[in-house]
Amino acid sequence: MMPLIDLRGVSLHRDGRGVLSGLDLRVMTGDRLAIVGPNGVGKTTLLRVIVGLERPDTGAVTLFGQSCRREADFRPHRPRIGFLFQDSDDQLFCPTVAEDVAFGPLNTGASPAQAHVAAIDALTTLGIAHLAQRVTHRLSGGEKRLVCLAGLLAMRPDVLLLDEPTNGIDADNMALLRRALVAYTGAMILVSHDQGFVAEMATRAALMRDGTLIAAEIHTHPHLHSHPHLHPKS
Amino acid sequence: MPRDLRLRLITAFVLVASLSQMSHLPLAAVVLAALAVLCIGQVGPRRLLHVEGFVLLLFLMLPLTVPGTPVITLGPLSVSEQGLARAALIACKISASALVLLAFLGAVDPARLGAALHALRLPEPLVRLFTLTPRYVALIRDEAHRLRLAMRARGFRPTTSRHTWNSYGNLIGMLIVRALDRARRVDEAMRLRGFTGRMPQTALPRPTGRDWAMTALIGALAVMIGALDRI
Repeated sequence: MMPLIDLRGVSLHRDGRGVLSGLDLRVMTGDRLAIVGPNGVGKTTLLRVIVGLERPDTGAVTLFGQSCRREADFRPHRPRIGFLFQDSDDQLFCPTVAEDVAFGPLNTGASPAQAHVAAIDALTTLGIAHLAQRVTHRLSGGEKRLVCLAGLLAMRPDVLLLDEPTNGIDADNMALLRRALVAYTGAMILVSHDQGFVAEMATRAALMRDGTLIAAEIHTHPHLHSHPHLHPKS
Repeated sequence: MPRDLRLRLITAFVLVASLSQMSHLPLAAVVLAALAVLCIGQVGPRRLLHVEGFVLLLFLMLPLTVPGTPVITLGPLSVSEQGLARAALIACKISASALVLLAFLGAVDPARLGAALHALRLPEPLVRLFTLTPRYVALIRDEAHRLRLAMRARGFRPTTSRHTWNSYGNLIGMLIVRALDRARRVDEAMRLRGFTGRMPQTALPRPTGRDWAMTALIGALAVMIGALDRI
């Protein structure tokens, strides 16, 4: 079976420091890979290399069976890879939610009517159809994250790259996010510090250390746990 | 005014163009009064005040600088009748134009205006700048606000000192660096979603008969103002 994403021996230096060194990564259909590691270890850089926002010094990037070196090589594959940024404000730039979600489909040649239908579909799937006419920059942090995800899902991607998707998201919107990602049938690469979230979403995990990935194991074990809860006073 | 934004832009332009050509004070005053009565409910007084501040400046400058029959003489300064008349005329024209623009376009969302400008065949890059700017100005303003709060929280109080100027320099520098960074990330996000330099625009609905009628009416009004001024 052909891997969707295939990175071989990828190395990348920044400011004289090796961020990625001889990294190999293969993502197959249906793979849900969690990448775990401390801050600044190069997880985001790795995602950026996959979509061609950064070019490695050495090594090969192959997307959907095609070798990608230049911007033009990456362009046709990008609609098939949805990249959820850490900062949602970087991703939302259209005035209303419906327009922002329709932006991708319009770029890939959908008619305005088709793009609108795709946008409403994606918003409905996520359970946020009621936000369609809202102004993007007045949404809450959690709502923004979901709208960004809707913008990616509207393009029907084969792979999702999620960079810290649970940061700054409240419990209600978190539940919507979980539901949407569990229902998503494509492959995904998940970068997150939230171990519970990783355990729930991923089928395999890798630890990032010294610029490479080391296969890791996800296991669950029971804890006798106690933690504080907040409830309104009655 | 027409509901269709393209026609509204055109009529506002024609009307302001005709107002700007008025050369008689009585006509200008009547037109201003009429517009004020028509627009009073639709224009917020605050926005108009910004314009009137500029008008006030004219009243301070023109009477003293335009030569003519003196009305009041204060030592070496003399207020000329012609200068006063000129200032009054310009004030009427500016206020009337501002009223028109604010009433026609003041409440319109910049994005809708952008779409209309695009439909009127304005260059794509200009329209894109116009629609993206308000979205990110708000973000950069928030960022500036947060940075200033953070400075205050660490005990910063602006004084006339080298430390203050250095700190403000750093604040502005940081804002520019962040804005550039954000611009780059936004561009990347757009490219990842298949953007190649052309903003997808949805076609606007056709103007209605009522829109065309309003356009004709306002056009006639503009011509009438021009004609009355000639008499």
